[in-house]
Amino acid sequence: MSEEIEPVEAFRLRAREWIKANLGPMQRWDMSQHCESDEEELEAVARDRMLQRKLYDGGFAGICFPKEYGGQGLTPDHNRAFSEELSGHEYPSRFSVPTFSPCASVLLEFGTPEQKAAHLPAILKGEEVWVQLLSEPGGGSDVAGITTRATRDGDHWVLNGSKVWTSRAWWADWGLILTRTNWDVPKHRGMTVFILPLQQPGVEISRIERLNGESESCEEFFTDVRIPDSDRVGEVDAGWTIGTRWMYHERLGHNSPYVTTPVGSKGQKSHEPSVVEIARKAGRLDDPAALELIGEHRALGIVTHELQRRIGDAAASGKGNKDLSSVDRVFRGLASVRRATIAFDLAGSDASVWDENCENPTDAVGMQFLMRQVSCIGGGTTEISRNVIAERVLAMPREPSGDKGVPFRDVPKGPNRSR
Amino acid sequence: MRHVLTPDQELFQDTTARFLADRAPLSRLRKLRDDPAGYEPDYWRDGGELGWCMPLVGEDEGGGSVSGRGIVDLSLLAYEFGRHAAPGPLVDCNVVAAALSGQPGEMQQNALGEVLTGKAIAASCLGAAPWQELGKAGVTIRKDGSQLVISGSVRPVESASQASWLLVTGASDGGRTQVLVPASATGLEVRPLKSIDVTRRFGQVTFADVHVPESAIVGTFAEAEAQIAQQIRHAAVILTAESVGAMDSAFDMTVDWAFERYTFGRALASYQALKHRFADMKSWLEASHAISDAAADAVADASDTADEVCSAAKSYVGQQGVELAQDCVQLHGGIGVTYEHDLHFYLRRVTLDRLLYGTPAEHRRMIGSMQIKQDVMA
Repeated sequence: MSEEIEPVEAFRLRAREWIKANLGPMQRWDMSQHCESDEEELEAVARDRMLQRKLYDGGFAGICFPKEYGGQGLTPDHNRAFSEELSGHEYPSRFSVPTFSPCASVLLEFGTPEQKAAHLPAILKGEEVWVQLLSEPGGGSDVAGITTRATRDGDHWVLNGSKVWTSRAWWADWGLILTRTNWDVPKHRGMTVFILPLQQPGVEISRIERLNGESESCEEFFTDVRIPDSDRVGEVDAGWTIGTRWMYHERLGHNSPYVTTPVGSKGQKSHEPSVVEIARKAGRLDDPAALELIGEHRALGIVTHELQRRIGDAAASGKGNKDLSSVDRVFRGLASVRRATIAFDLAGSDASVWDENCENPTDAVGMQFLMRQVSCIGGGTTEISRNVIAERVLAMPREPSGDKGVPFRDVPKGPNRSR
Repeated sequence: MRHVLTPDQELFQDTTARFLADRAPLSRLRKLRDDPAGYEPDYWRDGGELGWCMPLVGEDEGGGSVSGRGIVDLSLLAYEFGRHAAPGPLVDCNVVAAALSGQPGEMQQNALGEVLTGKAIAASCLGAAPWQELGKAGVTIRKDGSQLVISGSVRPVESASQASWLLVTGASDGGRTQVLVPASATGLEVRPLKSIDVTRRFGQVTFADVHVPESAIVGTFAEAEAQIAQQIRHAAVILTAESVGAMDSAFDMTVDWAFERYTFGRALASYQALKHRFADMKSWLEASHAISDAAADAVADASDTADEVCSAAKSYVGQQGVELAQDCVQLHGGIGVTYEHDLHFYLRRVTLDRLLYGTPAEHRRMIGSMQIKQDVMA
């Protein structure tokens, strides 16, 4: 950082010019990750790769990544300025999360110089899309209870087991995977992280259809997949050290300085109908009960935003408890559930039963209602976050656990889990 | 509360906290429950000297704030009022002082001077609130030659029996009007009301064709909407900050209780079912701090979104403050519903704060109307 860094405002002006000259307006593909068909999704992926390459060629890819790995070597303030200027423009949305954060962020922090040289520039050029292989069919919240095993075989490792809830694995290129490498020590001390190409023999990827018809998430089965030791990230059995940072980067998500994503929306309308539109279609705009629900929906949105800001400020000032982010997580989950319910209530029967030939259907509201608990499940359930708040923020006694200090081999596991 | 305060703000807040702990401890408030004012003589006057009613008024008129952002300083003061369940008409005196600030009339300036120093108490009679249809207002104000005639009735009005000055809002032809009325006006009658809050006093004010000169007007006849909106914003900030203070006190004492109380050989704090309820309460509490502070900042900055943020604060804290206090009662068990315990002071406080200057439902409908207006313009 000793060399002269371009001032943020000068950088901003340069970015503004470049974006205006090189990027088109924001498209439907940028606003929602959902595509109507696999063909459309692959088309969107190809376009994202091209856009990422464009950023790279323009000197704007990986703003906070070091120059030696193809990044710009600038600060989070530069990234924020670029993200603000990007508002309302097309951008490679499928690269943000999880490729840049947590995957590339973890590689940057823990990878060998060879691993970084091999992958970071490729990611910045749009050549590699990454996924994180963390959750397993046998358990979601207890991340350190994984049973996917990597067994040493000379200068290779042999991988067996399965991972689940991996978005986009069916077309992605590389994965960051947490495995069990030692069963004779307590659970946190026997894990190791590897990287591996996803599209290879021994990796079977199946799509999981969600109840709303989307099949974005995948489950991967690994059968005797050979990983060279040079693709190990960090020390053997020290995977949890990486894992905690990995989950930190995961929680940061789009707020990570390593992710460039448009801030704000500068008058861009989301493709999803607002609750006012929903109420209008249902003919309820002059209904005081509907008016109250619209107000509650908006108020919860404002409170959610202000809470996030308060907790962010506390973290930045170093005054707040670092586990306060769990407060934000619980609040957002519950507020989102309530908002989905309000939208559903406002829509009336058309959200549940509709004529597919009608204009502007509100069926998306019905599907969102069916899927509403996702906001309290994904990224760690609200129940786990409540434990964190009670135990680490309010200092209440910890829940009893059956795995503390016990070799992982001897930890009680359900009847369907491997040993 | 805020994570960053200026040294002056810290001192202001600290002085208030010490004054309230000394002059209005719960042990004393408990005994004053049948007292007409709810506080000891000189309490309000001494508070006035500490600048309790000054933050929203400029120094040129005798007011002043420690940080230059009066509404933010006032929110710190209100927070301490909530934490101590302190008595006194903090909301109305400040709302009326701000409304009188800059008004040219002699009576208005005299009233302002008295309210600022704590010498006199002012009450706001919101007889035609923004969330009410004009035709359904409880109070009307019409012109009669060079006089204004006030008719109707309004309740609840805080400290109505103690107030020397009343800022009356009524419906007029084509809009809302505000006038300043001395409590001694002919035809004005105040009837004390009973309330669930033992620390505060309320009354019903009836206007039997009360005549006042045109010079009593505050603002312009039938065009008071903008100033009323500002008064609602001020009240929303004060009331939500106060509620957050009361929520903090109730929550803290309930967390302590959970550690101290043992049942079946375990502390309450060790039961997951209860831990999860505490976690939810903590999230409501943090969210209430966040939105209450955001409302104060939005008003201080005269932000375009101030109306929306204040109504979001008033509706969210109004609803969740009461839920939190009732959960605290539940977690205390039987002791939580005794007069002997301190918890009820905070429950009463948030329950009344929820109601004053618009209920959660009324504020949600106002936000709903703003949303529809914005949608039509987009």
